[in-house]
Amino acid sequence: MNSLRDLGKLTIENARNALRRRQVSSEELTRAYLERIRSLDDRLHAYLTVSQDQALAQAATADRRIVSGDDTPLLGIPVAIKDIIITRDVPSTAGSKILKGFIPPYDAYVTERLKQAGAVLLGKTNTDEFAMGSSTENSAYGVTRNPWDSTRVPGGSSGGSAAAVSAGLAMGALGTDTGGSVRQPASFCGVVGIRPTYGRVSRWGAIAFASSLDQVGTFGRTVTDCASMLQVIAGYDRRDSTSLDVLVPDYRAALTGNVNGLRIGVPKEYFIEGIEPAVESAVRSAIAVLEGLGAEIREISLPHTRYALPVYYLLAPAEASANLARYDGIRYGPRVLGEDVIDSTKNTRALFGPEVKRRIMLGTYALSAGYYDEYYGRASRVRTLIKQDFLNAFEDVDVIACPTSPTTAFKIGERTADPLSMYLADIFTLSVNLSASCGLSVPCGFDEGGLPVGLQLIGNTLQEATILNAAYAYEQAAAWHEQAPPLSK
Amino acid sequence: MSLTRQEVEKIAHLARLALTEKELVEYQEQLSAVLDYAEMLDELDLDGVEPTAHAVTRSNVYRSDTAEPSLPLEDVLRNAAQHQQDQFYIQSVLDN
Repeated sequence: MNSLRDLGKLTIENARNALRRRQVSSEELTRAYLERIRSLDDRLHAYLTVSQDQALAQAATADRRIVSGDDTPLLGIPVAIKDIIITRDVPSTAGSKILKGFIPPYDAYVTERLKQAGAVLLGKTNTDEFAMGSSTENSAYGVTRNPWDSTRVPGGSSGGSAAAVSAGLAMGALGTDTGGSVRQPASFCGVVGIRPTYGRVSRWGAIAFASSLDQVGTFGRTVTDCASMLQVIAGYDRRDSTSLDVLVPDYRAALTGNVNGLRIGVPKEYFIEGIEPAVESAVRSAIAVLEGLGAEIREISLPHTRYALPVYYLLAPAEASANLARYDGIRYGPRVLGEDVIDSTKNTRALFGPEVKRRIMLGTYALSAGYYDEYYGRASRVRTLIKQDFLNAFEDVDVIACPTSPTTAFKIGERTADPLSMYLADIFTLSVNLSASCGLSVPCGFDEGGLPVGLQLIGNTLQEATILNAAYAYEQAAAWHEQAPPLSK
Repeated sequence: MSLTRQEVEKIAHLARLALTEKELVEYQEQLSAVLDYAEMLDELDLDGVEPTAHAVTRSNVYRSDTAEPSLPLEDVLRNAAQHQQDQFYIQSVLDN
C-alpha cells in the first residue's frame, strides 16, 4: 500500500478503505505508526506512554474482525488518547507527578467506546497538568513541540494529541476541552478539533478539572476524520449524571458540503486589537469562501465577550479546587509521608506544579466564606449573561465564525512568566464552554512564518452536525489539510 | 494588592498546600493580579440574573436505589500507597 509511505497524510477514511479491501492489515498499519513514533517522537514528545503490546494485540483482534466481515468506523485504526482520560492497565498521569505510577483499573467511557469500535490505542499523549494550560508547557513531563516549528508550542492543554495527529503519529486522537483545550491546539497544529456540547460525550473516566466546563473532544486531519471519531464516542452514559440522553445523529451523513442559505454570524467583539493581522486576514478570507459557497454572512454582537476571561478564571479554578482535593496520596499516586495526616497531605500535594497550585489557591479563595458571593456567585451570574448572548445570536444565525485564537503558535517559554498573557490565548474559545454551545477549529491558512491559523465555527446546543458540515464545505473548497508539517517528513 | 500575606497563608492551609516563601510571595502577587482583573465584573448590573451552574439546563438526575456491582476490591486497592486487608491504611485522623 503506497499510502504507507505517506503515513503523515493518511486519513481514517483512506485507511478504512484500504483495510476493508485487505490492501493492508491493522497490524501492518499499527507497526508502521509505532515505527514512525519511534523515529519522530524523540523530537516532538507528543507521547507520554506508547502502549505497544496492547496496541499490537488490539490490531490482531481488529484484523480478525475485519476478516469476519465486521465494518465499524474505526476498526483497525491507530489512535491516541490524551493522558487526562483513563485507560485500563495503561499509565495515566494527567500530566502530573501526583499521579506518577497510577495504573487505572478501568477504562473511561470514551476509551470503552473506542475499543468497542475496534480502534487501536497507540498510547497516551502529553497534556498541561490536569488540563490547566494553553501550551502544554505545564506538563510535569516536558513540553511537546509544534510539528510546524519545533521552537514553538503546540497549544494546550491537548497539545500532545494535536501534535500527534498533525505529525502523522496517530490517525485520530481524543482530547479534552474546558476552555479551548481541543480547539486552540488544533488551530496551532493545523488540524481539525471539535469540542461537543456539554453532555454530548460522557465524562466518566475523564479526570475532572472543572466539572461544569469539561468535555471530551476529538482531533482529525480532516473534518470527516474528526466526525468519525466523534461518532464513536458521543452518546448517553448513565454513569455520568450530566450525560444527555439524546440521539446521536449520523455526523458522516451530515457532511453534504451544502451551505446554501446557511446564516453565519461574525461577532464584532471578536475582531479587536490584539489579533495578529495574518490571523484576521486568513479568517476573513475563509468566511468569504463560505459566502461564495452560498452562506449568508451577517455581523452579530456578543456583548458580554470581554467578561468571559474573568468569569472563566473564577469558575474553573473554583471547580478545580474541589476536584483536586482528592489528591492526597491515600488511594492513588505517590504519598510523601509527614508527621501526621495533614502534614502528609501537604507534602504529597507539593507534587502539584505551579499553575495547578495557583489555580487551586485562586479557586479556594473564590469559594471561601465571605468571598463566595462576591467571586464565585458573581461569576456564575455573568455566565448566565454570556450564555444568553449565544442563545440570542442563534435566533438570527445558524453558525458563528471567528478566529480560534488571536495568534498563531507562540515560542516555547514566551508566556510562562506572565499567567495572564497565557490566559489570553483562549479568549475566543472560553465562551463556548461557559454557554450551551459547541465549537470546532478547522485549518484556514498560514501566517508569513508558515504557522497554521484556525477558523472557529460555533454552533448552538447539540448542533455538531451543522458546524461539522460548514467546516467540511470550507475544507473541501480550501484544501489546507493537504499540507503536512515539516517535522513529519 | 487584593490579597494579604495572611490570607494567602490561610488559603494555602485550607487547600492543604505547603508553599515555600518564594511561592507565597509569588502567588500573592499573581492571585491579586487575577482578582484585580476580575473586578471588571462589578461593571455589570446583575439584578434578577440567576446563576448558571450547568451549561445545559438539567434538574436532578436519579437512578433507583439498588445495589449494583462495583469495582473489584483488588482493583480499588491496587494503586494505594498502603493497604491492610481490605482497607486503605492511613495515619490517625483523630487525636487520641
